[in-house]
Amino acid sequence: MASLRDIKNRISSTTKMKQITKAMEMVSASKLNKAEQNVKSFVPYSEKMEEVVGSIANGNTDAQHPMLQKRDVKKTGYIVITSDRGLAGAYNSSVLRNVFRTINERHNSSNEYTVVAIGRIGYEFFKKRDMPIAKSIIGLADQPDFAEIKELASETVQMFTDEEIDELNIYYNHYVSAISQEVTSKKILPITDIEGKAGMSGSQYEYEPDQEQILKVLLPQYAESLIYGALLDGKASEHAARRTAMNSASDNAEDIIDDLSLSYNRARQAAITQEITEIIGGVAALE
Amino acid sequence: MKTLTVSVVTPDGPVLEDSFDMVSCKAENGELGILPGHIPMVAPLTISGVRLKRENDTERLAVNGGFLEVRPDKVTILAQSAEKPSEINVDRAQEAKTRAEKRLQSKQDDIDFQRAELALKRATNRLEISR
Repeated sequence: MASLRDIKNRISSTTKMKQITKAMEMVSASKLNKAEQNVKSFVPYSEKMEEVVGSIANGNTDAQHPMLQKRDVKKTGYIVITSDRGLAGAYNSSVLRNVFRTINERHNSSNEYTVVAIGRIGYEFFKKRDMPIAKSIIGLADQPDFAEIKELASETVQMFTDEEIDELNIYYNHYVSAISQEVTSKKILPITDIEGKAGMSGSQYEYEPDQEQILKVLLPQYAESLIYGALLDGKASEHAARRTAMNSASDNAEDIIDDLSLSYNRARQAAITQEITEIIGGVAALE
Repeated sequence: MKTLTVSVVTPDGPVLEDSFDMVSCKAENGELGILPGHIPMVAPLTISGVRLKRENDTERLAVNGGFLEVRPDKVTILAQSAEKPSEINVDRAQEAKTRAEKRLQSKQDDIDFQRAELALKRATNRLEISR
């Protein structure tokens, strides 16, 4: 059996660990709050964007734009959103596993796809496996601005325009609730599944100068906004996942401390009993 | 008198929502002035200032990468960024301007002129609005 001092050391180190995980839990909880707000404040922009793009794309079938057209897929782009740091439970591994499997199923050689990695964990994952990384961004703020991601987003969209890639998918954790996040994949480009919001009756717009010009400006912006939206969603999930992970870590630490205190007390009692027996034994020997 | 509800939305959240008498802005092919009762319209905006007029005062916004959606009683400006004069960081804009100018003048081949030009436009626009 471990000695009294050993057990005491373990108790105190576990207590310290619990303090840390508890603090991290609370930090993540407040970040999650902020991230939820960010997602909310992005909603009006994305809804409006969808409405306008939808009404243009649906209103007239003769509006043509390369981003609306399906091409033969020679190369696929995958945007993968992960976090920069670990300690977030299955947050990163579930996305990465999903992407890795999909890529292995769909492609035979590494010429057929490329990865755009957002977050250090994802970047290192693909780098270690010698998979092609077209672009990456590391060290995004916990509450990213649009400006931080804009360059990466527009360069990625540009890759599609330049026909470097013929399809663009995004993988991230969708924030369902504070305790549940879901790996989601979305096809961003080409834009095929826009349904115009039927709610806007009679929204036949005049276009200034004309539809094609507007689509040229609008569609890249739309695609960029999808990427940003996914990033905000992913960040909210990250904080939620970390909060849950830290919460269960604190709980586990608590359990361990309970168990250890029990065996500590048992050992202490055993030691006392032994001492008493020895004393009594000593006294008996003297008589 | 009729008014227009103007809302300015960016990915980082709504910037402004209020009613005004008139909106004037610079679209890709020229200045646009919008009064209440305008027919529904969509137009892309240049990197420029948007002026929102009320009876006797005018609000200005520095808009970048946006477009305008007009409905008879409502104008929505969707932009990648939109700033009120008070929110503009003049020093940063000034710095960005000098940097972009330097880049444009250096005349090296490996420089993305289009991007430098856009950066310059954004910076000049911000400076102008903040004045």
